[in-house]
Amino acid sequence: MATQEIALPGLKQPGISSIDRLHGLVVTVDHKKLGLMYVGTAIGFLVVAGLMALAIRLQLAVPNNTFLEPDVFNRFFTMHGTSMVFLVGMALVSGFGNYLVPLMIGARDMAFPRLNAFGYWMYIFGGLLLYFSYLGAPGLAGHGSAPDVGWFAYAPLTGRAFSRGHSTDYWILSLLLTSVGSTVSAINVIATAVSLRCKGMTLMRMPLLVWLMIVVNFMILLALPALSAAQIMLLVDRYLGGHFFDTQAGGSAVVWQHFFWLFGHPEVYILIIPAFACVSEIVPVFSRKPIFGYPVMVGATVMIGLISTSVWAHHMFSVGMASVGNIFFAISTFTVAVPTGIKIFNWLGTMYGGRIRFDLPMLFCIAFLFQFLIAGLTGMMLGVAPFNWQLTDSYFVVAHFHYTLVGGFLFGIFAGIYYWYPKAVGRLLDRRLGLLHFWLFTIGFHVTFDTMHFPGLLGMPRRIFTYDAGRGWETLNLITSIGALLQAVAVLCLAINLVRSWKKGEEAGNDPWDAWTLEWATTSPPPEYNFASAPVVRSRRPLWDLKHPEDPDWKYE
Amino acid sequence: MRRRLDRHNDLLRSLFAFALVCVVFMGRVGTVFGDPDGVTSIFRPLAQPAQEIKETSLLVLVICAVIFLIMFGLLVYSLIRFRHRPGDEASEPPQIYGSNQIEMAWTVLPILIVFVLILVTSRTIADIQNRKASPGALQATVTGHQWWWEIRYPELGIVTANELHVPASDQSRRRPTFLKLQSADVAHSFWVPQLAGKTDLIPNRENRMWIDPTQPGTYLGNCAEYCGTQHARMLIRVIVHPPVEFERWVTEQRRPAAEEPTALEGRRVFFRNSCVNCHTIRGTSAQGAFGPDLTHLMSRQTLASGAGLNTTETLRAWVRDPQRLKIGCLMPNMQMTDTEVDQIVSYLQTLK
Repeated sequence: MATQEIALPGLKQPGISSIDRLHGLVVTVDHKKLGLMYVGTAIGFLVVAGLMALAIRLQLAVPNNTFLEPDVFNRFFTMHGTSMVFLVGMALVSGFGNYLVPLMIGARDMAFPRLNAFGYWMYIFGGLLLYFSYLGAPGLAGHGSAPDVGWFAYAPLTGRAFSRGHSTDYWILSLLLTSVGSTVSAINVIATAVSLRCKGMTLMRMPLLVWLMIVVNFMILLALPALSAAQIMLLVDRYLGGHFFDTQAGGSAVVWQHFFWLFGHPEVYILIIPAFACVSEIVPVFSRKPIFGYPVMVGATVMIGLISTSVWAHHMFSVGMASVGNIFFAISTFTVAVPTGIKIFNWLGTMYGGRIRFDLPMLFCIAFLFQFLIAGLTGMMLGVAPFNWQLTDSYFVVAHFHYTLVGGFLFGIFAGIYYWYPKAVGRLLDRRLGLLHFWLFTIGFHVTFDTMHFPGLLGMPRRIFTYDAGRGWETLNLITSIGALLQAVAVLCLAINLVRSWKKGEEAGNDPWDAWTLEWATTSPPPEYNFASAPVVRSRRPLWDLKHPEDPDWKYE
Repeated sequence: MRRRLDRHNDLLRSLFAFALVCVVFMGRVGTVFGDPDGVTSIFRPLAQPAQEIKETSLLVLVICAVIFLIMFGLLVYSLIRFRHRPGDEASEPPQIYGSNQIEMAWTVLPILIVFVLILVTSRTIADIQNRKASPGALQATVTGHQWWWEIRYPELGIVTANELHVPASDQSRRRPTFLKLQSADVAHSFWVPQLAGKTDLIPNRENRMWIDPTQPGTYLGNCAEYCGTQHARMLIRVIVHPPVEFERWVTEQRRPAAEEPTALEGRRVFFRNSCVNCHTIRGTSAQGAFGPDLTHLMSRQTLASGAGLNTTETLRAWVRDPQRLKIGCLMPNMQMTDTEVDQIVSYLQTLK
């Protein structure tokens, strides 16, 4: 099944100028290039939004700090949240989906390559528009006019009465653009997975990552319209005299929250499921066993997707819903714990009885498992509505969702980066730098986010730019800030590693991890057409079948 | 081969060091929680419903801790027991694809736990939310503003700001306070951790909550819903009085504003400027409703919704330029001379 390089006019030829290379990136419709561009851009935004988080932590390190003015602080946490969710998280989802889905199902490209490029450019221009808000409109006159309404943009703070100028408009319009990008990318991934699978690859023989990507992209199609609709209503309110969320004219502030979380809660699953996807591919390979309970994993993911559309108002336990409403959303929230628990058990079952190799991708997966377990448990606590009345909008919640999105999502993605970088580049990431990244980031993560739970329990609300001494928050906040610095250094290690190994890394070969899915059957990096001849598969692990003709999978499936 | 061995030792050593750091850290956190002064821990409730919430929360915490310990133990066990050992390269472990019985077991067990959680949660929700006001209960209306709290006692005819005064209940006579929550502009949230959980104040909507404190004292809290520039400086205090003292407070608050002959000049400056457009001083022509009622300003512990303690210096700084004390607040700098500021401050200080 291994392919040979066919001489084609491509970007790999020696002596090609950098302007030609740039031109190549602009006009490309190749899913691999677009996938890497998504991931690269996302890492760029990750660094920018991470620096904002660092500034936020410096401001909060000591009580009554004057490092940032209130408005600057408010813009930073708004831009940090918005960037991390839409410009980092969503882009990584698109990037991994784009790069991996065609390779894993033995296809030559996505179903709609040009739509794919369109999606990427919508995303990046949306992101640039969001950041242009710092310069645009009257921005240059003051501290910039970036949005300062929070990534959740609760009405009526976003109304014209309370949000003058154009900062909120930048927020709305840039996210509408990136949403278009995410939507077409979602359609594309689903279409690819449904219609371009190679011969023999039935739905139940798809790698788990592809299954999870299908679920995620369906969720994107379900959730994003709620946000886009609400944003358009908000624009109507702001410029065409609408009163959807205008409380002074009888509009409802709570309706915005329903719309927002109808998008917002599925959104967190949209982010975490791709991390599940990476873990579900990496844990089996490094445990040297197939994934435990494949059909159950598929079913559990579909269940998470379905249930996640009915839990949104657990973000709203304090808005004064009737007790029946609160009880309903508490129940639906607990229900989602069941399929999530099943997934954790199955990863454990995969490792149990295996021969676990502690290579870098696996280290990140192990940290993911511990951290996601804790994030899930604090999530259950938050589902207990009375407990939630104390915890919501406190630093406990901040710690909880950073546990999910950093300790879960980002660790999963880091595992994926270490795992597939050799495939994409042809060279392994440096192990020593990788270990430094892993330990610094893991320790920094725990110093920051373990500690961050406690100020919340001591009554510290979110989104405050400063606080007085004397309520037991000072030491905890200082520790939290120190951990943030460690994480920043760790991300620097990753960045150096990514750049250095690009040219100088150890040669990876086609299949450095002795893995089993189709992407490892082609060269590293794969040629533009992926596979010289269309592969044919007979089981979930085609490369296992090749390597172990005496004991192939298809006999048992 | 040797490299691999070292790798495992490194891993174990690092894990051990990490565990040690965790233990030291937990000790430090423990001292914070044990510290009785000023710490507004949700696990040191001094009123209903915070007490009931704490009991439910502890049960949930215990359940979660047990789940965590079991899962953590299984993970660590698997990692150590099934780690790659030298010589393993030659062959692959037995390939196990799954087991329906095991899947069934770990589906049913979580469902049982979830069932317990649902029952506990539903009972507590219903118990707290469906509490009806008893006839003797105190009624108060809290209105959120950017960035201060307006507090009205409709039955007592009292209007004040930023500090909610309530009587303490005792075993023989329970006297809970029922709060009506509303907002004049954007969404806010009322949170005093030792008394109750949060309830939002949302414009064009009326929310309710109740507190039933038993211990007199001052309870600190914050606005817990992001409401704009000065969200951080929107602090709330609840002052719980013994019943007799509360009656005295009510009597004092119902008096009209003091008219001290010593501060006539300041009074004139106050009424000449546009202070009156936003502030009310009962019994005078100042009837503004945009800012806090100043009739008994000096009876409050803090100024500007907790931005500073109510001292002469803070009051002076506030009157001179509110934007320095609380950047972005809605009270403008009135551009007054030093003399005028002094005069206004001495007038305000007569409003006991």
